[in-house]
Amino acid sequence: MASQKKVAEASPTAPRPSILPLDAGPVPDLGRDADLKAFRDMLLIRRFEEKAGQLYGMGLIGGFCHLYIGQEAVVVGMQLAMQEGDQVITGYRDHGHMLACGMDPKGVMAELTGRRGGYSKGKGGSMHMFSREKGFFGGHGIVGAQVSLGTGLAFANRYRENGGVCLAYFGDGAANQGQVYESFNMAALWKLPVVYIIENNRYAMGTSVSRATSQPDLSKRGASFNIPGELVDGMDVRAVKAAGDRVLDYCRSGQGPYILEMKTYRYRGHSMSDPAKYRTREEVEKVRVESDPIEQSRARILANGWADEDAFKRMDAEVRKIVNEAAEFATYDPEPDPSELYTDILR
Amino acid sequence: MATQILMPALSPTMEKGNLSRWVKNEGDKVKAGDVIAEIETDKATMEVEAIDEGTLGKILVPAGTADVAVNTPIAVIVADGEDAAAAAPNQAASPAQQNKASQSAPPAAPGDAASAVATPKAAPSAVANPPQPAATPVPELAEASAADVEMVTMTVREALRDAMAEEMRRDGDVFVMGEEVAEYQGAYKVTQGLLQEFGARRVVDTPITEHGFAGLGVGAALAGLKPIVEFMTFNFAMQAIDQIINSAAKTLYMSGGQMGCPIVFRGPNGPAARVAAQHSQDYSAWYSHIPGLKVVAPYTAADAKGLLKSAIRDPNPVIFLENEILYGQSFPVPKVDDYLVPIGKARIARPGKDVTLVAWSMGMTYALKAAEALAADGIEAEVIDLRTLRPMDTETIVASVKKTGRCVVVEECWPQSGVAAEIATRIMENAFDWLDAPVARISGRDVPMPYAANLEKLALPSVDEVVQAARAVAYR
Ligand SMILES: Cc1ncc(C[n+]2csc(CCOP(=O)(O)OP(=O)(O)O)c2C)c(N)n1
Ligand SMILES: [Mg+2]
Repeated sequence: MASQKKVAEASPTAPRPSILPLDAGPVPDLGRDADLKAFRDMLLIRRFEEKAGQLYGMGLIGGFCHLYIGQEAVVVGMQLAMQEGDQVITGYRDHGHMLACGMDPKGVMAELTGRRGGYSKGKGGSMHMFSREKGFFGGHGIVGAQVSLGTGLAFANRYRENGGVCLAYFGDGAANQGQVYESFNMAALWKLPVVYIIENNRYAMGTSVSRATSQPDLSKRGASFNIPGELVDGMDVRAVKAAGDRVLDYCRSGQGPYILEMKTYRYRGHSMSDPAKYRTREEVEKVRVESDPIEQSRARILANGWADEDAFKRMDAEVRKIVNEAAEFATYDPEPDPSELYTDILR
Repeated sequence: MATQILMPALSPTMEKGNLSRWVKNEGDKVKAGDVIAEIETDKATMEVEAIDEGTLGKILVPAGTADVAVNTPIAVIVADGEDAAAAAPNQAASPAQQNKASQSAPPAAPGDAASAVATPKAAPSAVANPPQPAATPVPELAEASAADVEMVTMTVREALRDAMAEEMRRDGDVFVMGEEVAEYQGAYKVTQGLLQEFGARRVVDTPITEHGFAGLGVGAALAGLKPIVEFMTFNFAMQAIDQIINSAAKTLYMSGGQMGCPIVFRGPNGPAARVAAQHSQDYSAWYSHIPGLKVVAPYTAADAKGLLKSAIRDPNPVIFLENEILYGQSFPVPKVDDYLVPIGKARIARPGKDVTLVAWSMGMTYALKAAEALAADGIEAEVIDLRTLRPMDTETIVASVKKTGRCVVVEECWPQSGVAAEIATRIMENAFDWLDAPVARISGRDVPMPYAANLEKLALPSVDEVVQAARAVAYR
C-alpha cells in the first residue's frame, strides 16, 4: 500500500529504475488519448485477472488458470501498434491478450467457468480460447506450439499478400523449444511477416531464465537466422508501443520476421497452485513498487494533468462494473448442453 | 460494508488446507489484489488476496491453523471508517465449528465482492469426481514371499519416489532428468528430496525441450547410462514421441542386437481434472502399439514401487504411465528391502467366478467399485489389474475368462484401436469357445476432453456403466 503510494507520488520526470540491464534512453510519449486508453485497457486486464483468481478460489473455475497480472503493458502496448487484420496468437497465459484484442470479457469469463456463453462454448477453458472475428488464434496449452502456428499465420498473410502481420507471443521458457528455431529459420528464409514477442517474465514455472538457457539475452536468439531482435522495457507501455510501431512497419514492408524480447514480470504464481519457493517475496515487491505498469502510467497521466483523481475513480468504477458483470454472467450462464459433447469434432 | 475473505481452493479437488501465515495484520490497509495471507496443501502454496479496498478488520483463523475447510471465512475486510470489531462475525470460532459453518453456508457471491452473499441461481455441477479407490484395497502379496510380510501405508507418490531413490542408491548409472524435477521437487512432487540426496549431477532440471531431452536421454542410454526421464505429463511426451519410438524402441533391432537402450520414460498419464483437451488424454494404446517398448501402468502404491524398480533395472526402454489422481492415494506396501514386481504379470485384485473385469491404473478404481456394487447383487466379479500393457499377460486374462465366460474391459482411452480392442481380440483368439457373451468395453468417449464440468463427467467412464455392462454380459 504505502509503497504503491510512493510510486504514485514520484515525479514522472524523475529517473525510474529501468527493468532493462541498460538504460534504453528516452521513451517517446503516447499523448493524452493513447495513454489514457492504455491505462484503462491495462486496468481492465488487471481487474479481470483478480476476479478470475477469486472465482478460481471459489471453485467456479477449475483446472489450470494462468494469470497475466504484472505483464499488462506488453499486450496493451503492442495492441496500440497493431492494425486491423493483424493476428495474435499466444500460449495459455492468454486472458490479457483476448481482452486487448477486444474480445468480450463476458465471453472470456464464461469460458473460464465452462459455460455455454464462453468463447468455446465451455469446451476449451482458460487455455484454449479463440475468436476468428477478432483475429485471436488462441490460447494454446502446449508450450511453444503457438510459435510454429503463428509462423503459419504469417505464411498465409504473405501468400495472400494481404499486408497482415502475425504477433506470436511466447514465454522465456517456451523460447527453449526446438520448434521455435525451426520456425525462425523458415520465417527468415521466406521473409514472413511475423513478430516474435518473447514475454520474458524471468521464470518458466519455477525455473529462472539463467537456469534454463545458455544465452540469457533472448533478443539474440534469432542471430544465427539473421533475425534482428531487441530488448524492450515491457513494464512501460510507451516503450512497448514505440517498439511495436517500428517493428510492425518493418515486418509489413516485407523484410521478414523480428524478435522483441519484453522484460516483464508475473506477480502471481505460475498457475493457481504454485510453491512460490523459487523467488523471494522481496523480489516480487520490488518489481511492484518500482516498475508496476499501471502505477507508472497513472503517475504519468496525473503529472501531465491528463486526468485527475476523480477521473481515475470513475475509470476504476467503470472497469469494475464490466468485470463484475462478466463474473455475474459467467456464474449464472448455464453449462453447455450435454449434446455438445459430440459436436465440433469434425465438420 | 464488511466483506468476508473465504478460504480459497488451490485446485478443483482441494477440500481443506493450512493457513500458513498472515502477510497483513489486523488494522492494515489493503487494496484489491494485495496479498494478505498464504495457504498451503501438501502440493502447493497459494497467496490469498484482498478482494476489495479497506482495512483488514479481523483475522478469524490464526496463522498456523491446519485443515481449514475451503470457503471458511478467514478474515473480514471493513470499508474505511467502519468499526472492525462490530463487523467481525462470531469471534474465535474453532476450526471445527468453522468447518461446519462452511458446509451449511451458501456459496459466496461472485460479482461485486462487497455486496451481500447470495446463492448463485445456477450452481455449477460438481467437479468431475473420479471414483476414489475402494476403501480397503486388497493387499498385494503375490510378489512378497511370505503372507506375514509387514506392510506400511504410503501414497503412490511416495512409493514412486522411494523406488527411484533405492535404485539410485544401488546403481550410480541411474539418474533422473526432466522439467522441474530438481529444485522445484517435481511439478507433482514425485521427485521430492532426490536433489537433496543425490545432487545436481544425478537429478537434472532441463529446459522445456522435450524432444531434445528425450533424445539426449536415449543417447545417454545407448552409452550405457540408465536415465529416468520424467515428462511433466505424458501430454508433453508427444513433443518427444519420435525419439521414443524411432530411437529408443527400434535401435536394438536396427543394430542387430548391439545397441540396447535401458531407459525409463515416466510421468502422469490419462485424464486429469478440468484441464481440457490438450492436457487430459490417455496414451495407453499409443505406446502399447509399439514393438521394442515395454509399457507399465500401475494402480496401487506397491505395484508403483515394485514395477518402477523393475523398469529401472530393465535393459529395455520402458514407458511408465502414472496417474495424477492416484498420486495422493494410499495403499499398503510390503516393507521389504528390495521389493520388485515383475513386468508383464497381471494381478488378480479380487477373485470372482461370474464375470471378469480387466482394468489398469485409474481404470481399476471403476472396476473395484463396480465389483463391490455387483457383489451386493450377488454377482461375483473377478477383477484383473493388468499392470503391464506390453508385454500383455494374456494367460491370466484367458484363464479368468475360461472360468467366468464373460469379460468387461475398462479403459479411459478412446475406444478406436484402444487397449480394450486388443484384449477382446486376444480373448476371442484364445477363449472363444468359453465365452458366454461378447466381450464388452467401457472406454472414454470418442471426443477430445471437454473443459466444462458437466461435459467432462460425460466424457469419462463411470462405475455405473461398468456395472451395467457386467450385468449385460452376465444376463442379470
Ligand atoms: C510441451 C510442454 N511442456 C511442458 C508444459 C508444462 N508447462 C506449462 S507452462 C510451463 C512454463 C512455461 O514458461 P514460460 O514459457 O516462461 O511462460 P510463462 O508461464 O512464464 O508465461 C510449463 C513447463 C507444457 N504445457 N507443454
Ligand atoms: Mg516465463
